[in-house]
Amino acid sequence: MTQVNRIAGGQIDRSQTLRFTFDGIPYQGHPGDTLASALLANGVRLMGRSFKYHRPRGVIAAGSEEPNALVELRTGARLEPNTRATVVELWDGLVANSQNRWPSLRFDALAINDRFNSFFTAGFYYKTFMWPAAFWEKVYEPIIRRAAGLGSLSHLEDPDAYDKGFLHCDLLVIGAGPAGLMAALTAGRAGLRVILADEDYALGGRLNAETFEVGGQAGSDWAAGVVAEVSALPNVRVMRRTTVYGAFDHGIYGAVERVSDHLAEPLPGKVRQTAWKIYSRRAILAGGATERPIAFENNDRPGVMLAGALRAYANRWGVAAGQRVAVFTNNDDGLRSATDLQAKGVDVVAVIDSREGGELLPGIRHLRGAEVVDSQGRLGLTGITVRDARGRTEVIRVDALGVSGGWNPNVNLLSHHRSHPTWREDIAAFVPGTGGPVGLVAVGAAAGAFSTHAALASAARAAAQVVSDLGGKASYDLPQAEDAPVAISPLWFVHSGKGRAWIDPQNDVTIKDVKLAHQENMISVEHLKRYTTLGMATDQGKTGNVIGLAVMAELTGRSIPETGTTVYRPPYTPVALGALAGRSRGKEFKPFRLTPSHKWAEEQGAVFVEVGMWLRTQWVPRQGETEWRQSVDREVLATRKSVGICDVTTLGKIDIQGTDAAAFLDRVYANTFSTLPVGRCRYGLMLREDGMVYDDGTTARMGPNEFVMTTTTANAVLVYRNLEFARQVLWPDMDVQIISTTEAWAQYSVAGPNARKLLQKIVDQDISDAAFPYMGAGEITVGGLRARLFRISFSGELAYEIAVPTRYGDALIRALVEAGREWDAVVYGTEALGVMRVEKGHVAGNELNGTSTALNMGLGKMVSRKKDAIGVKLSGREVLVAEDGLRLVGVKPVNPAHPLTAGSHLLKIGATPVVEHDDGWLTSMVYSPHLGHHIALAYLKNGAARIGERMRAVNLLARTDIEVDIVSPHFIDPEGERLRG
Amino acid sequence: MAEIKLKPLTALGHDLPVTEALGPWTLTERFDVALASLAPRRGRLDEVRAAAARAGIPMSAPARAELGATFGAFWMTPDMWMVEAPFATHEDIRPALLAVFGDAASITEQTDAWVRFDLAGPELERLMERLSNFDLAPAPEGAATRTVIEHMGCYLIKRSAQAITLYGPRSSARSLHHALTVAAASLA
Repeated sequence: MTQVNRIAGGQIDRSQTLRFTFDGIPYQGHPGDTLASALLANGVRLMGRSFKYHRPRGVIAAGSEEPNALVELRTGARLEPNTRATVVELWDGLVANSQNRWPSLRFDALAINDRFNSFFTAGFYYKTFMWPAAFWEKVYEPIIRRAAGLGSLSHLEDPDAYDKGFLHCDLLVIGAGPAGLMAALTAGRAGLRVILADEDYALGGRLNAETFEVGGQAGSDWAAGVVAEVSALPNVRVMRRTTVYGAFDHGIYGAVERVSDHLAEPLPGKVRQTAWKIYSRRAILAGGATERPIAFENNDRPGVMLAGALRAYANRWGVAAGQRVAVFTNNDDGLRSATDLQAKGVDVVAVIDSREGGELLPGIRHLRGAEVVDSQGRLGLTGITVRDARGRTEVIRVDALGVSGGWNPNVNLLSHHRSHPTWREDIAAFVPGTGGPVGLVAVGAAAGAFSTHAALASAARAAAQVVSDLGGKASYDLPQAEDAPVAISPLWFVHSGKGRAWIDPQNDVTIKDVKLAHQENMISVEHLKRYTTLGMATDQGKTGNVIGLAVMAELTGRSIPETGTTVYRPPYTPVALGALAGRSRGKEFKPFRLTPSHKWAEEQGAVFVEVGMWLRTQWVPRQGETEWRQSVDREVLATRKSVGICDVTTLGKIDIQGTDAAAFLDRVYANTFSTLPVGRCRYGLMLREDGMVYDDGTTARMGPNEFVMTTTTANAVLVYRNLEFARQVLWPDMDVQIISTTEAWAQYSVAGPNARKLLQKIVDQDISDAAFPYMGAGEITVGGLRARLFRISFSGELAYEIAVPTRYGDALIRALVEAGREWDAVVYGTEALGVMRVEKGHVAGNELNGTSTALNMGLGKMVSRKKDAIGVKLSGREVLVAEDGLRLVGVKPVNPAHPLTAGSHLLKIGATPVVEHDDGWLTSMVYSPHLGHHIALAYLKNGAARIGERMRAVNLLARTDIEVDIVSPHFIDPEGERLRG
Repeated sequence: MAEIKLKPLTALGHDLPVTEALGPWTLTERFDVALASLAPRRGRLDEVRAAAARAGIPMSAPARAELGATFGAFWMTPDMWMVEAPFATHEDIRPALLAVFGDAASITEQTDAWVRFDLAGPELERLMERLSNFDLAPAPEGAATRTVIEHMGCYLIKRSAQAITLYGPRSSARSLHHALTVAAASLA
């Protein structure tokens, strides 16, 4: 079968033939074809099955509004379900398959649903599957999802890349039909930065589908001329295959450019799509209009199409949708389809015009005051039943019917900020209302200016106004164009019979469904939409919504504008999640932050852990170690026995200077810093306004007006942001300057009894206990290089943190390892760090959980009442200072052989494990190689008074229940002799 | 003094900075610039301006960068500038600036807080529109802005129609480099 319906003309390149398959059957088409036009050219009308009833369906439209002709495009990982055949550009080798059918499109077993349609009416989910409730998720929903629904996913990873980007313009013109082209031309000639975007691959909009002349030449030629002119302007960017899908705040529009969708696969290195954010000063919506059908019984058969689409296929693609064609219309535009087709030599057997009186079309059987009341055909249209003005019916044999119920301006983008369109009686359509996105105006058919002349004029005027608003001057000459008035006599659906008349073919919503919804008191259009699913899914009701509203209006006795519309939301047409994700997927989901020792650690085979965006060394396995615990235990023991080195660069570092720096710190820390001598550091607690601790760290005083604050890795940005807020907003009078230096310094902890000996080999100054006491801080040098040293300890050992400019960080860790060789120094990771801090009883993220106070942590004395600081007041609330509140304690198993389970709750011996008996929980749990058993930190009610009590650690999820002793949280060196050594 | 000489690595982890072609553009990692933030203390802006003028340190207008004979600078935020100087002569930049400004300004070494990539070539906006929402094409020479590139907070300076400087977080140098090369590759 070779293109039996191909007729003369059209914008296709007949010198080239493209081969493609649909459901495995080979066909041919030409460059310029869409999949839909090529299938029609080959006489294929049956393209899919409907959502619920699995009714045979064919294409009804010629653009992105298509509700029916949804196919699975491509195969394998590139398979894309629910692709509208009307917007797929044909390429050689294209493979498409029908969907939502089994075993085949022609014989679909689930078409049995159609016989039971009375069970599948509006709201049937809610009525049918109510009992038993437990069956919904496990039984009913999976069955329904299998039976209903559209295409299927490949479940394979998308092999293509997607880009995103940002564009700027004075004027964004959305749509490149006659109005959009005129607007771009006017503004472009006036020198504005213009972006002209259109979803189609051929610019010109309806001009490519009509036989009108513009400016004395074929409309499509005029369009091509304008495109050529504006494309040559350096200030105009023309974007084909680009759908502006949403209007956002401040003149920002979302757009998707389908860079490679017209190819079998992207060219090497190229992306498939690019998601653009377009920042515009002004925007013009020239999105045209969408034709709507008239509902009648069995109006969903393949071959029943929109009249404008019928004409578009003939004029643009050289395709007759059938051999014997009829047109059913309530307006003059529908008549154009008949005359255009007739001029192309297509057998137009009848025009069924619902309007009475008026002139008859010459040379065509033009039935005035008539209606199509039914159709025939199983897998495709074979005939229509027509009722004439006198009420007589006749069956007319046709294989294609074009239906026109009028045109709906595409107001979608204007409604994205909830502005409601207004009804215009003279054209029987909703047009843009007031209050849409600031800076966006509609022109042309999108504004209800339906004639070509009106479209051109409204666009030129609007563009000139934009030019003037932005301080320029524009002039324009309107080309000569047709200016036919809209002549329509509204007819929404044909009153006849008891059969089903479809208004939303994609969701299988019929007039009966709307009636049923109304009968069940779904009066609001929003309820109507949700109850019937009218206007949902890929087409968002572009062809069906207004008919649904009209039916509802008639049922409720209200007018259409009184009935109102649902709210259009982005996206205008479906946007692939891949396009929105752009490059941010897989391991490129976010950037990484690498520590200065990363290269060294990679060389050592370190295991990394993600901490925010940082990659930190978790442990460094040595040969023969097969379990992580072996490495971690070794690192802990070696550090406690001799010396260990850990990269602590990731801790936030904030430089705070200014004559009020000390006073500033007193206000942001719960404890006092103004008394801190130069050359010393102090541990500090930061509270939220509600009194809960949110961060801790050590701050060093490097000079009278200079401090270096450290924060936790996780909260570095939060603390910085809060300091900036405090500085700028809370106390703008203070003389304080802050800047992050986290990245500027490579910082390593050197901990253990031999830490000082090791460091003394590296640094140039005397760091004996006398010269550099516990909590000392200062600028030193390493082989003459500027460096900083802080004597602080998280592990409980004699410990220092040494910092050098980051570029020297790699060299420093190598130098430290080398210098530590004589003491068997180890490099330890975050796991060992965690073990040692639990052994020492230091709080960390698990304890700083956002609901804990300093008192809970056993650090209540740190909250100074001698001064005011953020959160101090509210930390004194009665309930927060209760004597029997949660307190940090240590927990160890009675039997050292028993492991503790993280997340266990503490219960009294003999208490039943119910929430009323919950006395607290383990916050951090580790295996202490030093002690030879598990230990934990815990929050325990009245914990300070319960040291020595025997309790149970119960974990109902892990099914563990073991006896534990409540002990001091300081498992190691409670007197702190080691770190002061 | 300890017998130790620490060898620096570039932000990308190499011994020497890279220069590479990304399609029609050239990317150069700059390892030879010392940086320090300069923030006048409260009420001492004029004093700082005068001292800066004497020392040849340009205190550029908001959203602008300027290059002087030795020093350059770009505006970061109200009352804060980033001062650039040759690393070879100003590695220890803070003391050098303290000598100029005394206690009239807060000065913090920032040299290794940043990775610097210089990009050169025609129509850089074609590349940058994939990465940043800064409207590069109409921006004047010397425009300087904070912008986000693939989640990374960066400074972007337009040196000329065909040259820009990017300062990105040093720890994410590899990620920033990756973002630049990937974007350039899709335009090749």
